[in-house]
Formats: sequence, structure tokens, C-alpha cells
Amino acid sequence: MTTLKRGGVAIVGAAESDLGRVPDHTTPIDLMAQAVGRALKQSGLTLKDVDGLFAATSQVRMASLALAEYLGVKPKYFDGTNIGGSSFMTHLAHAHAAIEAGLCSVAVIAYGSTQRSVSRAAASPREHNAYETPYQPILPTSAYALATMRHMHQYGTTREQLAEVAVAARQWALLNPKAWEREPLTIDQVIGARMISSPLTVRDCCLVTDGGGALVVVSAARARDLDVRPVYVLGHGEAIGHNSISNMEDLTVTAAAQSGPRAFAMAGLKPSEIDVTILYDAFTITPILFLEDLGYCAKGEGGAFVSGGRIAPGGSFALNTNGGGLSYCHPGMYGMLGMIEAVDQLRGAAGKRQVKDAHRAVVHGNGGVLSSQCTVVFGSADLL
Amino acid sequence: MSPNELASQSPYGRFLEHCARGELAFQRSRSGKALFYPRLVDPESGDEPEWAVSSGLGAVHAVTIVHQKDQQPFVLALIDLDEGFRMMSRVDTDTPDAIGIGTRVKVGFRSVAEGQPALPVFAVEGSKS
Repeated sequence: MTTLKRGGVAIVGAAESDLGRVPDHTTPIDLMAQAVGRALKQSGLTLKDVDGLFAATSQVRMASLALAEYLGVKPKYFDGTNIGGSSFMTHLAHAHAAIEAGLCSVAVIAYGSTQRSVSRAAASPREHNAYETPYQPILPTSAYALATMRHMHQYGTTREQLAEVAVAARQWALLNPKAWEREPLTIDQVIGARMISSPLTVRDCCLVTDGGGALVVVSAARARDLDVRPVYVLGHGEAIGHNSISNMEDLTVTAAAQSGPRAFAMAGLKPSEIDVTILYDAFTITPILFLEDLGYCAKGEGGAFVSGGRIAPGGSFALNTNGGGLSYCHPGMYGMLGMIEAVDQLRGAAGKRQVKDAHRAVVHGNGGVLSSQCTVVFGSADLL
Repeated sequence: MSPNELASQSPYGRFLEHCARGELAFQRSRSGKALFYPRLVDPESGDEPEWAVSSGLGAVHAVTIVHQKDQQPFVLALIDLDEGFRMMSRVDTDTPDAIGIGTRVKVGFRSVAEGQPALPVFAVEGSKS
């Protein structure tokens, strides 16, 4: 069990960098720095206050060094853990530990990517795996396709149910002025789109955009002294399953089945009490898997759970309200942007897509090929 | 004696040697559990795992038809070998849609791309390949 304090730290700044397609020659660190500047401005803190720095991107191996230099920050505590798209949830958990241990007091977590500008192949070249690469899978897509096939086979999950995830994401995106996709999408369009790795078409896959974001994290005590509406970190859990898809023990069960219960136990909440849920939608199968693994529904029932417009705007379950990686923005390691959306929802700053009376949010990050799983529970001040 | 106390051959090097002889090599933990990919350390015991050669027979665990640009779609699969380990490979077939979860397959060896060594590639059991 964690000894970290539920609600011990709070987010006092959360901002996106520019998104979509940024000007030529913009660097990932430009975007990190831009987002850090915006997030600090919200909090009323300055770069001089920052003594903890957390950063990751696929394009810069030593991102925390590059960002510290760029911003002129000399952090006492830093962490560049890179476990893919869930890295920033892990950074938040580690920042919580560092702040409570007195190792730093103002932690900044940052992400930036220019994968649309420079191409995905250039932004995140895949490591050679002697036992997979020669067979030429399209990674990560083929890995998620294999998991999808197992889920369909074992639980009768349908092509239409998968498409519902993409259609709902698009409907949410149409309410988000920052979303990349601006046109409506139908189930038939998803299923009839260009096949990448069966059964997944290009519309089952996340976008390829530029983008980034940043969070500012301080102790709850410090947060109360700032002129902001803090969003408290009630719980978090981290877990790693495997690295390559060949070594995933059960292709229908992710390590979210460990990270989720850890996060919920620390927060003292259960899935049915959550107002806004953000689940990393790298592919249409992933929210279905995470709904099951986090305990929103039983294993195998995720397809039925997302059906009938339930997760679309106006439905009974607020999921991926920014339009997600499928329709809003996906620079490659989306977890940061999921957390920013959760914070915006709990601050009442989500505009036309605002969920009413949102006090409790879950954000779940996924990295690699269903490999690393990190869950965070956020709450507003009344939850303390 | 070499100052390296480890084997004179890497796990992948030995795997490839077996491939060149038409053998699909894998390893076993001390408990007898099949282990793949080959390693220097057995996750169960921390010791060196034992090497073994598979019958090459197995069943498709999961399958996807991959549409790479400028290439005919091909069948990529995770194969459960009868000895109890799983690996990624391809299933060579003229009818990709006929390959499903549970399809019985048998290993063969060929180079998948130019310049590559012969690697395990599967075909439907009983088919000519």
C-alpha cells in the first residue's frame, strides 16, 4: 500500500502547447516550454519557483536536460522516465512522492512532439526486435489489432461496437475548438475506411499530430495559498505488463487491472462514483479494454458498454470529452493531454463539452503496445 | 578462457543456428515451463535456461492481415506452439481470410525479406509449403 497522502498534492496549472500542425522547424522542446509557460501563468508561479522537472518525448533522449537548459531551470529533482504514452501519469505519481518527501516543492511535468511535422517514422523510430521486426508488423497498430481479434473471438465484441468508440470521439471533438478533426463521422465510414491491420481501419487508429502540454504540481498546502482552483491528486497506480505484444500474457487483460485498483483504493472511490473518465484511446479497442480492467464493467462487456451512444455527448457516461487521441490530438504520447482535459473538466473550464457537476475524474494512460498502464484519480476541493 | 564468463554465443545467435538447421529452438525453465524468446537468464530461477527444439506444430492464437504499403497483404500471427510457448510469425497462405484463431499450423524456414537469414514462418498444417 502506498503511504502517499490522498490529496497531498494538487495541479495548479495545466495547459496545452500549440497543437495540430506547428510551424516548420518547431522543436519538441519549444512546445514543452510553451506549455510550461502557459501552465505556470495559470498558477501565478514563475520559472524561478520550479525546482522539480519531469519530461519525456520520443524525439529527445534526455528531455529533462534539454528542457532545463531551455528554460534556465536548475531542478533539485528530475525524472525522465519514458514508458510511452502513460509516462506523464507516472511523472505525476513520482512528483507526488518527491514533493511529500521534501525533495522538491514546485514540480513541472512537460511533453512536446512534432511527429506530424517530421513524420511518425522520424519522430518515433521503432527499436529492432529480432523476434518480431523481421515479420514486418505495422507497430503499434498490428499489436492492437491482435488484441482486438482476441477480444472479438472471446467475447463477441463487434466491428460496430469498436466503431462506436471512434464515432463518439468525433462527436466530442466537434465540441472542442482545439480538435484536429472537424467533420462528423459515421459507423459505416469507420468500418469502410482504409484497412491498416485487420480488423482495424485508419479510423480505428489515433491521429498523428504535433502537440504537447504541461502540468504544475505543488503540495495541497501550497496550492491553497495560490489564486487558483486546485485540482487534487486523490490517487494513482502504476503497472507494467510486458514490452512486446508476443509477451502479453492475456491479450484481453491489461495491467490496468493492477494500476486501476491501486489508484481507486488510494482515492477511496469506485468507478461508479466518477463523473468524467479519460481513457487513452490509441485505438478503438483500448477504451473498451480499460473500461473492463478498471472495473467500470465486467471483462468482456466493454463492447456493449460503449454501444448505443452511451459514451457520446448527451450519453449517460462522459468518456474522452476532448475528442481523445482519435479525433482531438495525438502527438504520440497522449497521456499528458488526457490529464489536461480532466483538470479542465474539474475546473469547469471545458467550454461546450463541460460535464455538469464534475468533481471526480479518472485519467488512464497506456504506453507501448498495451504495455505500461497508469491510472490517476483527480478530485475537486470538496473531495478532500 | 575468455574474460567473459557468459556463453561464447548470444541467445539469438544460437537461435539462428538452429533456424539454419531447420529447427525451431526454445528454452525451458527449471520447472519445465517453456520459455520464448531465448535468454541468458531464466526469469523463474535466475539460472541459465535449458535449450530445446520444438516439434514446430502449433495453433494460431491471434491473427491480423497486415496491409503494408506497396506489398500484398500478409497474415501476421501469434502462434501457440504445442510445447507451450508463444511467438510472432507469419502464416503463408493463398487464402488469408481462412486463417483464424485456432487454425493448426506447422513451421517452415525461409527468409522473409531480402538479405535476412532463414526464420520460422508457418503454413497451415498438412498444406504444401
